[in-house]
Amino acid sequence: MTRRQIIGQIGLWFSVFVIVSPAILFFLWMVSLSLKFEIDNAAYPPVFFPEHIAWKNYADVLASNRFVTYFANSLIVTGSATLLALMVGIPAGYGIARMAAHKSAIVILIARITPGLSYLIPLFLLFQWLGLLGTLVPQIIIHLVVTVPIVIWIMIGYFETTPLELEEAALIDGATRWQVFRHVALPIAKPGIAVAFILAVIFSWNNFVFGIVLAGRETRTLPVAVYNMISFDQLSWGPLAAAALIVTLPVLLLTVFAQRQIVAGLTAGAVKGG
Amino acid sequence: MSVITQTSPAAAQDAALEKQLRRPSYWPFVLPALVVVVAIIIFPWVFTIWMSLNEWKVGAPTSFVGFSNYLRLTSDPRFLEAVVHTIIYTALSVLLPLVFGTFAAVVFHQKFAGRGFLRGVFIMPMMATPVAIALVWTMMFHPQLGVLNYLLSLVGIPAQLWVFHPATVIPSLVLVETWQWTPLVMLIVLGGLAAIPTEPYESAQIDGANFWQVFRFITLPLIMPFLFIAGMIRMIDAVKSFDIIFAITQGGPGSASETINIYLYSVAFTYYDLGYGSAIAVVFFLLIVLLAAVMLHARQRMVWTEIASDA
Repeated sequence: MTRRQIIGQIGLWFSVFVIVSPAILFFLWMVSLSLKFEIDNAAYPPVFFPEHIAWKNYADVLASNRFVTYFANSLIVTGSATLLALMVGIPAGYGIARMAAHKSAIVILIARITPGLSYLIPLFLLFQWLGLLGTLVPQIIIHLVVTVPIVIWIMIGYFETTPLELEEAALIDGATRWQVFRHVALPIAKPGIAVAFILAVIFSWNNFVFGIVLAGRETRTLPVAVYNMISFDQLSWGPLAAAALIVTLPVLLLTVFAQRQIVAGLTAGAVKGG
Repeated sequence: MSVITQTSPAAAQDAALEKQLRRPSYWPFVLPALVVVVAIIIFPWVFTIWMSLNEWKVGAPTSFVGFSNYLRLTSDPRFLEAVVHTIIYTALSVLLPLVFGTFAAVVFHQKFAGRGFLRGVFIMPMMATPVAIALVWTMMFHPQLGVLNYLLSLVGIPAQLWVFHPATVIPSLVLVETWQWTPLVMLIVLGGLAAIPTEPYESAQIDGANFWQVFRFITLPLIMPFLFIAGMIRMIDAVKSFDIIFAITQGGPGSASETINIYLYSVAFTYYDLGYGSAIAVVFFLLIVLLAAVMLHARQRMVWTEIASDA
């Protein structure tokens, strides 16, 4: 290695360190907060590695029976909103791609630009009028605002890249359009479906704004539940940080293990919900 | 797809089949989604516009008032202040992630050990649940016990009040927003870098250009379109930013960090003034479209001056 190359290498690793450390340090600090007793969390200068590890913070969060309810709520809302979105969004993406109806994507674009709160005002009234407040149904429906555009957008892009030859051959052989979709197009599109599924799950799981308006005491999702903990007990940082970590852990794991799909989906559509 | 212009029989058959494949007989595929989109996107929009023309409060009779909700906006000091906050917040939250994200993309474009894993770590802030990270940032901003003031004290900077003082609250929130969304800019620019041909770099190396010159005169012009897309997306998201601001400050202290979106929430769901809230939502949407149009226009002007200066 020449001297110039060595300097280049040092510069590169220094840059990598500078770029990555805000993320690493933040999440390490989050873990540290969640594993400390109040004495350590209230200490100054701050304690980074506690002598006594407070596993109890996690046990407390998990043991409260409400937490199980909120976790189930999150699972039901995200699960239903994602499945419904896939059911209507995959065929729609296919239809739009095959009809080359690109103008219809404008609706998706409008949905992307619209602030989440503006859906809430009319839909809130509608749910109130239908007497659905107090159940999980309003949240499932309104999460479709997040998940359906993501799925349609990604599936349009994906079906536009899948080859037409196989579908043409199947049509000549007398298959119906539905059969072509079901047995030819759909199997090829599996990677695209995976991308749409992962992004829809993450953005629905993370959604906060719909919950604070529509959720009652029994119907909170995890982000809303965590937010309510803040005002509830201001100074017990340990359990709060533990709860925050539990809420976001599924998403962080998905990010690490499905990084390729997430990057592909985000750079293709650059979509984000809410 | 309209490249088939030859008249050989096979091509003609292909063209006919192609046409058949693209016939509007795909409507049944689109119909369920159309119903959903009309119900949850189009209907709310139409209804919002209708409500904005009415005096509409929860638990009170409604009455048609024309444009008076919109007129009220022009003389509502809290709304005007929120517009200013939103513009400052947005400008900073577009610029800073663009600068850092471009730098990060150039670094991640190099080859080094553990690049894939580190990229995964790097994008974690934008995928993590916003409320959860807002909670931890709130603890870090704590004036007495927060780790940020401790870190500042290590380099001799006096303790700050961060989100607890009107003068520093917006920059502090922008810090969180930048930390969270720089990865998205990085990913988009990284996609742009991957598409750049290697020839200009080779000739620059022969000419003895240094790293900065290469970046300034080769990389930057070539990734401009991607920076523009990233800036546009960032603008749309920053204007609408809600979770971080609401969870950390709720628009406070006082109304020092109240953006349009936060004010909209208060009007609609704290005061339940749904008619006025709807008017804010409509104006808010138009403002976003206007900002996007201004950016597109600026982009076009830039392209034209580039062409002009080339000639």
